[in-house]
Amino acid sequence: MNEATSIVASDELPAVHTEPGRETAVELIGVHKWYGEFHVLKDINLRVRRGERIVICGPSGSGKSTMIRCINRLEEHQKGTIVVDGIELTNDLKRIDEIRREVGMCFQHFNLFPHLTILENCTLAPIWVRKMPKKDAEELAMHFLKKVKIPEQANKYPGQLSGGQQQRVAIARALCMKPKIMLFDEPTSALDPEMVKEVLETMVSLAEEGMTMLCVTHEMGFARQVANRVIFMDAGQIIEMNEPDAFFSNPQHERTRLFLSQILH
Amino acid sequence: MNVPAEPFAAEIVAVDDHTFVRREMQAALPPPRRQVGIIGWMRENLFSSILNTILTLVGIALVLLIVPPLVRFLVIDAVWTGDNREACLAPGTGACWPFVKAKFGQFIYGFYPIDQRWRVNVVFALGAALLAPLLVLSWPGKKLNAFLFFGVYPVIAFILLTGGNINASAFLLQRFNLIRPLTGDVTVAGLNVAFWADYILTAVGAGLGALLGNARGLARAVAATMLVLGVIILAWDIDFGLQPVETRQWGGLLVTLVIAVTGIVTSLPLGILLALGRRSKMPIVRLLSIIFIEFWRGVPLITVLFFATYMLPLFLPTGTNPDGLLRALVGVAMFTAAYLAETVRGGLQAIPKGQYEGAMAMGLTWGQMMRLIILPQALTLVIPSIVNSFISLFKDTTLVLIVSIFDFLGQLRAAFTDPNWASPVTLYTGFAFAGIVYFLFCFGMSRYSMFVERRLDTSHRH
Repeated sequence: MNEATSIVASDELPAVHTEPGRETAVELIGVHKWYGEFHVLKDINLRVRRGERIVICGPSGSGKSTMIRCINRLEEHQKGTIVVDGIELTNDLKRIDEIRREVGMCFQHFNLFPHLTILENCTLAPIWVRKMPKKDAEELAMHFLKKVKIPEQANKYPGQLSGGQQQRVAIARALCMKPKIMLFDEPTSALDPEMVKEVLETMVSLAEEGMTMLCVTHEMGFARQVANRVIFMDAGQIIEMNEPDAFFSNPQHERTRLFLSQILH
Repeated sequence: MNVPAEPFAAEIVAVDDHTFVRREMQAALPPPRRQVGIIGWMRENLFSSILNTILTLVGIALVLLIVPPLVRFLVIDAVWTGDNREACLAPGTGACWPFVKAKFGQFIYGFYPIDQRWRVNVVFALGAALLAPLLVLSWPGKKLNAFLFFGVYPVIAFILLTGGNINASAFLLQRFNLIRPLTGDVTVAGLNVAFWADYILTAVGAGLGALLGNARGLARAVAATMLVLGVIILAWDIDFGLQPVETRQWGGLLVTLVIAVTGIVTSLPLGILLALGRRSKMPIVRLLSIIFIEFWRGVPLITVLFFATYMLPLFLPTGTNPDGLLRALVGVAMFTAAYLAETVRGGLQAIPKGQYEGAMAMGLTWGQMMRLIILPQALTLVIPSIVNSFISLFKDTTLVLIVSIFDFLGQLRAAFTDPNWASPVTLYTGFAFAGIVYFLFCFGMSRYSMFVERRLDTSHRH
């Protein structure tokens, strides 16, 4: 669907961690969630291994965003267990903060802070959450801004950047916290077509470094190239979960086949 | 993004209006002459339509109608020298400026003892010297500057204006008659030993209590608060040998500025806290904030001042009789805080949910998120409304007249009754002067707020 992602051959991607005891990054067991009367997540079971890259797709309203937002407690689940990096999510604020420190997130609309410069956006959390000295935080931020290829924009404000640049800043900002897990919530959906490629390239290079990633996206090219597993969700449930080759070439569930036929022309 | 710079293939030629290929990029041209320059500006802004042209002409007529007589009264026909009313009695005279000159001291200081006026001057000068660098946003050392202006300056201003030496005698334990029987009323260097024994014992007790309850953070907070409070009370308690001046003797611009500045400085933080409280998820906090805001917004300022001055003493225990000006100050601050709370809440509501989520996802605590992300943006959004409230507060200070505090306008009206200066133009001159002074302050605030607004605007919208 998108040639932008055929930049990396999948054999260049690092293998998934399998050392015993430390192999699970995120685990969801029997997770349910309701918005008022509406049952939005139904019995979600998912185990993400360390270094694993998971792409989640599905029609809008299927609960895929809600699911990954439960992982860092932007949404609260009402039933079931979520364990992130060995810490179980409860109402304990300390645990929530602990988890959020280790889990980076990129949003559809970037959510950069418009009153701060790009550099300040990136150094904010290291300084205030990690208690890093300002100088070190700035060095770190410049390192990651170089990595997403926009160090020259460091002193501008988000409003002066293009959408693609803003999303790359958002990725750099998340990386500055040295997260163990990265969540992406439709990172390219709000971008102009010309900007999608630069963001996907950044995400691919992140995958090459072995980052654990959960990514809600409809960029099926990206999924094919980078994902270890693709998950299809509908009506608040996981309908199908498989390795990308099998998922795309031989979808089992009828709903998956319908969905794929709609988006892959 | 990189546009390929290769020349367009020459052999592709547009043959009809059905297909087209651009072969040369069009360069940007200047706009037509008629739209730029003074003529263009006037054409667009003053005479763009018939209605606009009529309005322009009416506007010019109004200016011609108002400005010349005003200038004639204030400047051309005005009397500039004289010792009493005789100078301003001639028919057709304009403003009687000698009146303002003769009463100037009263307008500024009220009935503050003349030989002590230097103290007010020092307070004014110190305030201006500390405020000016604070207002220039690019000036370095904002933290120290803010500490001096908001922390140290009020303490010094209090000592200078009142004379200090508050004779603190009872803190907490005294109220239960615990200390004085032991120590008696001994005074060392103007300090009451009983009070300080009381204060230190209370502080140590509270700190120990918190430590025993295993609340280290609380103990530290108690220690810090009691230390700061102690230093302030000590500074106020020391006898610097200044002649005490009761607030009843204050007046004029001094009172106006004291009420306005204290009101502004205390009401904004209080308003922010109330706004956060009203949006809090904790029901008790939310309820209390709502009650506070709705109560103060629901009563007129005059009622508040009246209540504070005449009714409050009836409710307070005998012996405690807070200063009249202080009561008015608290009333004005609470009143403005309630309005500001709603203004700030409006700003908070305008911040997209994504900003909260972005901040939370990075692991910021609620306090950090509010302080670093949400409030800076929300407050910037509502600067116009906040300054609106401040300007309104500045002008409302004059209502303290009804509780017998003579602010700037109060002094002015008092000066009208002086038979030495009774003339047909005294009243007009006085009000013209007051109008100019109020205008300078309010217009200053308004321009400054516009400057800050532009300065803080990082949205880069076109």
